[in-house]
Amino acid sequence: MSFNIIGTGSAYPESSKTNDELSLRIATSDEWISTRTGIRSRHIITDGSLSDLAAEAAVRALKDSGTLAQDLDLIICATVRGDTLTPSLACLVQKKLAATCPAFDVNAACTGFIYALDVALGYFARNKAKRILVIAAEAMSKLVDWNDRSTCVLFGDGAGAVVLSQGDGLLSIKISASGDEDLLRIDSATGNCPFSEGSTVNPYLQMNGKEVYKFAVAAMCGDLAEVIQEAGLTQEDIDFVLPHQANLRIIETAKGKLGISAEKYRSNIEHFGNTSSASIPILLDELNRAGEFKKGQVLALTAFGGGLTTGACVIKWTNETKPKGNDQNDI
Amino acid sequence: MIFEKTAKILADYRDMDIAEITMETKFEDIGLDSLDMVDVVMMLEEEFDVEIEIQERIKTVSDLVSLIESLKK
Repeated sequence: MSFNIIGTGSAYPESSKTNDELSLRIATSDEWISTRTGIRSRHIITDGSLSDLAAEAAVRALKDSGTLAQDLDLIICATVRGDTLTPSLACLVQKKLAATCPAFDVNAACTGFIYALDVALGYFARNKAKRILVIAAEAMSKLVDWNDRSTCVLFGDGAGAVVLSQGDGLLSIKISASGDEDLLRIDSATGNCPFSEGSTVNPYLQMNGKEVYKFAVAAMCGDLAEVIQEAGLTQEDIDFVLPHQANLRIIETAKGKLGISAEKYRSNIEHFGNTSSASIPILLDELNRAGEFKKGQVLALTAFGGGLTTGACVIKWTNETKPKGNDQNDI
Repeated sequence: MIFEKTAKILADYRDMDIAEITMETKFEDIGLDSLDMVDVVMMLEEEFDVEIEIQERIKTVSDLVSLIESLKK
């Protein structure tokens, strides 16, 4: 017993900032950002909360799947940091949805969505759940250092969600971790304990971009090959690859090393930047709403991020094909 | 030998004539940005079976070749 994805949803802040708008405030340029990353604009929370976005994405996924919030058996939220350390983001969403099931967060940075899918798989395997809501939501604009022009331009805010039901759609999944605090980190706030002898930390995202780039390419290539083989398929059988949207150049490089034809890789980083764990479910929802997926087609998802963590899975699309071009968020 | 292989990888990557690449060639002059360098370094790592840490001071083919030579010892 694994699961099917029976509905998708996404939400992002109305405010979108172009590279040119960023270059008015920090020393950067559209040319520098777009040639190195493929990013042209990103959505940024200016007011409102991450839990509102997460709940909005969740409501859309519930509606798409025809599921009522009170029929959910579990809510799992992937996030690096929600509105509050406690309650968890999942609990805040549970309240907004008026759901009654257990709810908790998982943190595997940009790989969080795949980790959350793997957790959900365990509940289905134990027959503890019939319907699970998995959300990935990130407010990266609150975590990056806006004085570091090499990283702040890369990220954006947003939320994506899926509703899962018992089924056989998930064909294979893997997650991995290789602890490393040097390549990519965000330090926690230090608190105000009067007895503390530690020094204050820089509480913003720090990244060794070049080394993370190498790690990302290797992870994407290795993990995709592995989960496709584990699913009993060949690379030619894959209809869509939805990679974590960290940098278009990472995707281009990995593409060149794998045997999956180039047009199968999908990307929306141009308008979103890197939304961490939310990037894959936002892309998934965009394609689903546009009627891109046909029943029986096979999707490969792959992600990598802080931890360091990686994850990938192969999922057969089990829903009826949507009419093409109907990509309005009708809510 | 390390120079020849490095030059070939660079020429293939930029789709240019290998004869145009010398020890003095600066990466910047053949249009390689920092992420192109990561791509090239990954190919060199595979070619020479070494792990190359990307450093800012590596600006020319000669810098890169000496670094690989020191790693191969």
